[in-house]
Amino acid sequence: MSPAEIRDEIIDILGDIAPDENLDELVDEVSFRDQLELDSMDFLDIVMELRKRHRVQIPEEDYGNLASMQSTVTYLEPKMRDIVKA
Amino acid sequence: MIAPSRVDSLPDSQRIVITGIGLTSPNGNDWPTYRQALLEKQSGVKPYEIRYFGATLAGVCDFDSLRYQSKKEIRRGTRAGSIGIYAASEAVRHSGLDWDRVERSRVGIYIGVTEHGNVETENEIYQIKGFDYDTSVWSHHHNPRTVANNPAGEIALNMGITGPHYTIGAACAAGNAGLIQGAQMLRLDECDVALAGGTSESIHTFGIFASFNSQNALASHDDPSKASRPFDRDRNGIVVAEGSCIYVLERFSDAKRRGAEIYGELVGYAINTDATDFVLPNPQRQAECVALALRRAGLEADDIDIVSTHATGTSSGDAQECLALRQVFGNCKSVRINNTKSFIGHAMGAAGALELAGNLPSFTDGVVHPTINVDHLDPECDLPGLVTNEPVEMAGVDYILNNSFGMLGINSVVIIRRV
Repeated sequence: MSPAEIRDEIIDILGDIAPDENLDELVDEVSFRDQLELDSMDFLDIVMELRKRHRVQIPEEDYGNLASMQSTVTYLEPKMRDIVKA
Repeated sequence: MIAPSRVDSLPDSQRIVITGIGLTSPNGNDWPTYRQALLEKQSGVKPYEIRYFGATLAGVCDFDSLRYQSKKEIRRGTRAGSIGIYAASEAVRHSGLDWDRVERSRVGIYIGVTEHGNVETENEIYQIKGFDYDTSVWSHHHNPRTVANNPAGEIALNMGITGPHYTIGAACAAGNAGLIQGAQMLRLDECDVALAGGTSESIHTFGIFASFNSQNALASHDDPSKASRPFDRDRNGIVVAEGSCIYVLERFSDAKRRGAEIYGELVGYAINTDATDFVLPNPQRQAECVALALRRAGLEADDIDIVSTHATGTSSGDAQECLALRQVFGNCKSVRINNTKSFIGHAMGAAGALELAGNLPSFTDGVVHPTINVDHLDPECDLPGLVTNEPVEMAGVDYILNNSFGMLGINSVVIIRRV
């Protein structure tokens, strides 16, 4: 997956987790929590969905990398680079 | 003139009244619509399909879950939570309470449930099956969704209520048990407003259908609206339904002070136990429960105008309840007996609360809704005063007695008086 495809995937996951939010205006450089009503259970949902959809494992000590879209894509790029987008 | 009750000797601060009713039922999403459906003989039973079990019948609610919840809340929570939030919010709205000024730490939530957590557990197992039962994909939402207080706790979260909240697990006697718990907590001054009643999301678990089916106790009929047929000779079991009915209960003194409309007063109640069988009811204990409620209310059987029965449409259960009712009401000339499950199926933990709500309008309209689908009355169920197929008008209705019984031999009875 390219960085752009990873971003699309995260947007898709966020669409399920935060269905009341408008994700069109998400600013990639700004933290999710400053733009969306997300709590720790929601971040666990992101981790869980990546595990279920792509077998990507994110250890707890790496959760800080999921702070913003930009940091998330940067963190996931090496883990998802070899995954072919379905 | 209304026959006096023992509660007349109590101070107003110990008398418990109903000041709001919120509900969702398979045939109505508010109290007046539900009542109208019962008078117009509209069934809420429909064809239904559920994973593994396949095609069956059920009472399905179609309330607008987004009226009181965001999409995210619905996703995060449970169906039981959504159903209860809808009913509780409707009840508060109906009560006329100035909710923004109500002290939320003095509101208690007491929700009767038959069971909880099966839906979510089945969902998770179904889901991990797709991952070769890898438990690392088991949801972190599972525990908060399945704790036994969830159906009450979601109401508290949604409505910002900080008083006590919990569920009362009482099988299919739970709707009455929730009401009773609420009344007791008001009398103990544990709260000033009690949101009390029952909730069921059971149609979303295949297990309840499969288990009733294995017990030969699941109803079937070519015409879904004819499947739930208590007291009929050809009844063949239970139609499982979802729903919720939650009452706003207050002390009479508080209700009077704020000029609230009062829909009935809880003048008597009882809960007892068969202690004889996991499933089969014991008519002697049921009769004792009814008699205890009457005694506590200071009433005679003749004082009761309407008996709302528990009968679920099973062969033995209906006949056993009729034995109990004959023992208590056999010599009563004016009592009328009916059954609401014939319209909506068996709403499990919500059943007792919903069935009472279906009858409360009789205090003002004087009409007793019928038991429908009695095409061939079972001689064993031929109770004097049984209202079948057509509504009956009465000169007046002062007292309603509501039965609700459940597995493991739990029996509950409440008596409500016109105010």
